[in-house]
Amino acid sequence: MSSQQSEGAVQQATASTEQSPIQYLAPRILGDQAVFWEAAKAGRFLIKRCKACGKAHWFPRALCPFCMGETDWEEASGMGEIYTYSITRKARPQPFVIAYVTLDEGPKMMTNIVDCDPASVRIGQRVRLVFKATEGDGPPVPMFRPVEV
Amino acid sequence: MNPQAYIVGAYEHPTRKAPDSSVAQLHAEAAKGALEDAGLRLEDVDGYLCAGDAPGLGPLNMIDYIGIKPRYIDSTDTGGSSYLVHVAHAAQAIAAGHCNIALITLAGRPRSEGSSGLVPRNWGENLPDAPFETPFTSVTVNSYAMAAMRHRYEFGTTLEQMAWVKVAASHHAQHNPQAMLRNVVTVQEVMDSPMISDPLRRLDCCVVSDGGGALLVTRAEVARSLKRPLVKVIGAGEAVKGPEGGYFDLTFSAGRWSGQRAFEQAGVKASDIQYASIYDSFTITVIMQLEDLGFCAKGDGGRFVADGNLIAGVGKLPVNTDGGGLCNNHPANRGGITKVIEAVRQLRGEAHPAVQVANCRLALAHGTGGTLSGRHAGATLIMERE
Repeated sequence: MSSQQSEGAVQQATASTEQSPIQYLAPRILGDQAVFWEAAKAGRFLIKRCKACGKAHWFPRALCPFCMGETDWEEASGMGEIYTYSITRKARPQPFVIAYVTLDEGPKMMTNIVDCDPASVRIGQRVRLVFKATEGDGPPVPMFRPVEV
Repeated sequence: MNPQAYIVGAYEHPTRKAPDSSVAQLHAEAAKGALEDAGLRLEDVDGYLCAGDAPGLGPLNMIDYIGIKPRYIDSTDTGGSSYLVHVAHAAQAIAAGHCNIALITLAGRPRSEGSSGLVPRNWGENLPDAPFETPFTSVTVNSYAMAAMRHRYEFGTTLEQMAWVKVAASHHAQHNPQAMLRNVVTVQEVMDSPMISDPLRRLDCCVVSDGGGALLVTRAEVARSLKRPLVKVIGAGEAVKGPEGGYFDLTFSAGRWSGQRAFEQAGVKASDIQYASIYDSFTITVIMQLEDLGFCAKGDGGRFVADGNLIAGVGKLPVNTDGGGLCNNHPANRGGITKVIEAVRQLRGEAHPAVQVANCRLALAHGTGGTLSGRHAGATLIMERE
């Protein structure tokens, strides 16, 4: 069991109060995804696009999941729209919003909607990327906040 | 190729909490129960199937522990739908001459071990999607909740309609002495239960139970030599659906594809089905799968399940007459085997008299394993009483 994903790590990572912000679980950095996390540390949000078919995809892969073409990194706008969401009342000490956001570049991605009242979140809402720090030395992870709160 | 195989043994382990049993023991006890049900002996078994959660390296340790000498093995793991896939694979192996009598077992102790749909799962360190999902606390219940939320948005599915799925399950469970939850509940009680992950409330979620089950699949000659009613597998389908590189539609499940394959093979229509076991990990799962299998139009699932339409003797389509995962049993967090078992009971005329479908000749069992808005496998079986 990886340290990031063990139950103990979850409890440790989410043991926060209103005074100390949530320490989100750090992602495990896999070889073909390392560039993404390096860019995230510099505040840049990258996605992958296929050099052969031209289609962007999520999450980043070495080979295009639509045609197996070679892929390139590109900086994404960080803008999108909420496709679906759920306010999860358990699993963390405080309720949180998990969501799929449709990026303006096309693909949908899993994320959290943050920096807002969970009860105000709606499908179709415009959202903007915000990187949030993770536990330990982990890179920041891509989350979203409503454009208009 | 029509599968032409028969389910001759079906056994649901009676335990719902087994703090003092081992998982391997539950596998063996389930196997013994299925053999006794069929009137077969351990040495008759020449095929064995289990999923990846069985203790050990694939099927190897359970084969040794139970004492099987198989010439055909399969440990395909698609979560809760694995056991419907196993029936299909066993039927294919039998048709191809690879074995005569295949045993399928499942067992687990999530209740004793403290597992739930709120604990993040760990599928290993090399999972390519985990870095982009784990930080957001993706767990089983919020994956299904996000599909439910989109379904509500697109089709106006109401919380009351979702509640009806639980109400129907509870009406059935009152007749099942082994069911974990036997109290009949009302729509209002579901509405009043605490929100877990919007829009899923506590009573929209299946139970967490210890337990297990086993099935025996064989060829026509063997089935006809036994003293049990003949339950024939006439159609099977399996399909996988995932986030598809970020271009996915959460309003339908893999059941749309697995169901179509099973119905085509069986040569029957949804309207011909007299009884259906529909995987009920959550109430929304039932609503979406009924649509995907063609029991109603896409988007009409909420209206279809309302007003008792799934209750035996009341509605048009009796579903999960054992009480389902919502009330009876969800052994090892993998309910697929119980779906086949109750369908076999109905086709044999051995369901509880209060929920038995009169002259039940044609039944369907369907499972969804994995996570509904993540990666999941749909598996469909159509069975006929011969």
